[in-house]
Amino acid sequence: MNISRREFTKIGCRIVIGAAAGATIVESIISNSIAAEPSSTGDYDWNEHYWGYVIDTRKCIGCGRCANACKLENDVPFDEPVYRTWVERYRVLKEGEVKIDSPNGSIDGFTDDIPAEELKKAFYVPKICNHCDNPPCVQVCPVGATYATNDGVVLVDYDYCIGCRYCIQGCPYGARYFNKEKGTADKCTWCYHRITKGLLPACVQACPVGARVFGDLKDPASDVNKLLDKERINVLKPDLGTKPKVYYVGLDREVR
Amino acid sequence: MMVENLIWGYVYPNEAEIQWSVLIVLYPYITGLVAGAFIASSLYHVFGKKEIKPVARFALLTALSFLLVATMPLLTHLGHPERGIEIMFTPHLTSAMSGFGYIYSFYLIVVVLEIWLSFREDIVKTALNSQGWKKLLYSGLALFSYDISEKALHEDEKLAKKLAIIGIPSAAFLHGYVGFIFGGIKANPWWSTPLMPLIFLMSAIVSGIALLILLYIASMKLRKRAIDHKCLHSLAHYLWIFLILDVALELLEIVSMKYESLEDIEIINRLLSDKIAFTFYGVQLTLGILIPFILLLLVGIMKNRETLKMIMISVSSIFVVIGVFAMRWNVVIGGQEISKSLSGTLTYEPVFFSQEGVLPAIIILAIPFVILVVVTRILPPWKDMEEEVPESKPKSTIKHLY
Repeated sequence: MNISRREFTKIGCRIVIGAAAGATIVESIISNSIAAEPSSTGDYDWNEHYWGYVIDTRKCIGCGRCANACKLENDVPFDEPVYRTWVERYRVLKEGEVKIDSPNGSIDGFTDDIPAEELKKAFYVPKICNHCDNPPCVQVCPVGATYATNDGVVLVDYDYCIGCRYCIQGCPYGARYFNKEKGTADKCTWCYHRITKGLLPACVQACPVGARVFGDLKDPASDVNKLLDKERINVLKPDLGTKPKVYYVGLDREVR
Repeated sequence: MMVENLIWGYVYPNEAEIQWSVLIVLYPYITGLVAGAFIASSLYHVFGKKEIKPVARFALLTALSFLLVATMPLLTHLGHPERGIEIMFTPHLTSAMSGFGYIYSFYLIVVVLEIWLSFREDIVKTALNSQGWKKLLYSGLALFSYDISEKALHEDEKLAKKLAIIGIPSAAFLHGYVGFIFGGIKANPWWSTPLMPLIFLMSAIVSGIALLILLYIASMKLRKRAIDHKCLHSLAHYLWIFLILDVALELLEIVSMKYESLEDIEIINRLLSDKIAFTFYGVQLTLGILIPFILLLLVGIMKNRETLKMIMISVSSIFVVIGVFAMRWNVVIGGQEISKSLSGTLTYEPVFFSQEGVLPAIIILAIPFVILVVVTRILPPWKDMEEEVPESKPKSTIKHLY
């Protein structure tokens, strides 16, 4: 069967929309089949979990389905330059220059504007809020509208945020943006509405190559712990002391 | 897309829009003017520099006029201005910003009390010598207490001095703290330096004294009265001293950044040589510091030629207030023109008509002058500035003229 990339994305989108908007029955079917952790909806105890995220940069193919799925799942405006997750492309030219780009956050994929023979190496790096253990955004919020949950997720209280944007300045990773519609700061929630029902974040579920892995750090048998126990891991900007909970496999020194 | 022409290298996708606009440039600028004017007035109130006395009360009124609008650029900028008050009710104390409401309020109280004490005698006299609504207004201002005996006034003076002593650290704190809001952001290499509060404080004092000089000369010209050159030269002298402290700190920051050459030096160099080259080297350092430094040095050396000296002091002061505005711009906007990816830069293009545009900024910056006109109508500080001049009597006699 020959499916164009556009159609492929469309189908992918429909599936994600369907999952988000689906009735309770549909949801329970999905949750039974692809649940990250066995969990019954409704009696979620945030003290029993501590979430973590592993990105295997060696696997990412830069298709941008994760960024697309995220915008669909979380109502992030498509016509504004704001992203909860995106994919960066790093291309090291033979002459030594490093070209980095992420056109439209990778949602439309990437184009080959540099001939392959001029490249020394190239790779993709998905980015997302690091849900730091020592989050500078939470530190600087003047009213406590952004906070870390007991299960290790950094969230924004949209009914409380005054919209000063100090947290956006404080985040070293560019993971936050200003939501003009809400008049507040906004960011990745690791799809908190999904993970507390035992589902995976939309980006993880949309990734066709398994470059994004999500799971419970408190569960020794979880997928994230399997990788953390086996692979050599790094985090972004470790010198800033933010203690990210997004761990990278195969992180290049060019990546900041 | 338009924004892409303004971007060089790689910036994180969410950085395409500058978050803190010209209004946030205005905020440290205004609080700086407040702190500077207050500290100028305390040169007399606390340190007993008699030559500053003609402008001491005027400086307090100037500080108040600007202090009253200090929150306006912030509130205009907020996504939810109606929730702004939460910063007072539920301050999140790990945030450098959360103290703002309290520091601001405390300082406002200090300034208002200080003004009340130094004008109380005038207020009481006006209340006793007027009729109708005016009597009511001034009686209200006097809090219906009319004791202006020698003893009571002496008590006032003692209390005013104590307040001013509290006022200096609060002025320093109010503004040093604004510096910390930027200096404490480890995510931004252009902001993150422990020197930031001190740099902010020094430039605040510099801008406040310069503004005071300009307002003093302007008001004397408008009222067609002679200028007290001794007072003017004294202010110019302090301006010169604080300029030296200011430039020493500013250069220290740049020099150590360049000398240490950490990971972020490439992007800092690009910021300095490309994005803010003109506003930093041209306006902030040359126009705002170097030229006034030389002019004020000459003023200190030259004998007589009072008119020329006055012009030189005025020109220096104008350059200083422009230069300090450029300094705020270079910090607030400059810091946002470099990407936290350290691999790219972007450009802030001010909009004229918008909630965060240039127009509201101009309006907000104009309001303090209107307030000052109104406040000086109610509490005229002119006596101090005018009466002594012709024969330049010893300043200590001024008290008996009230």
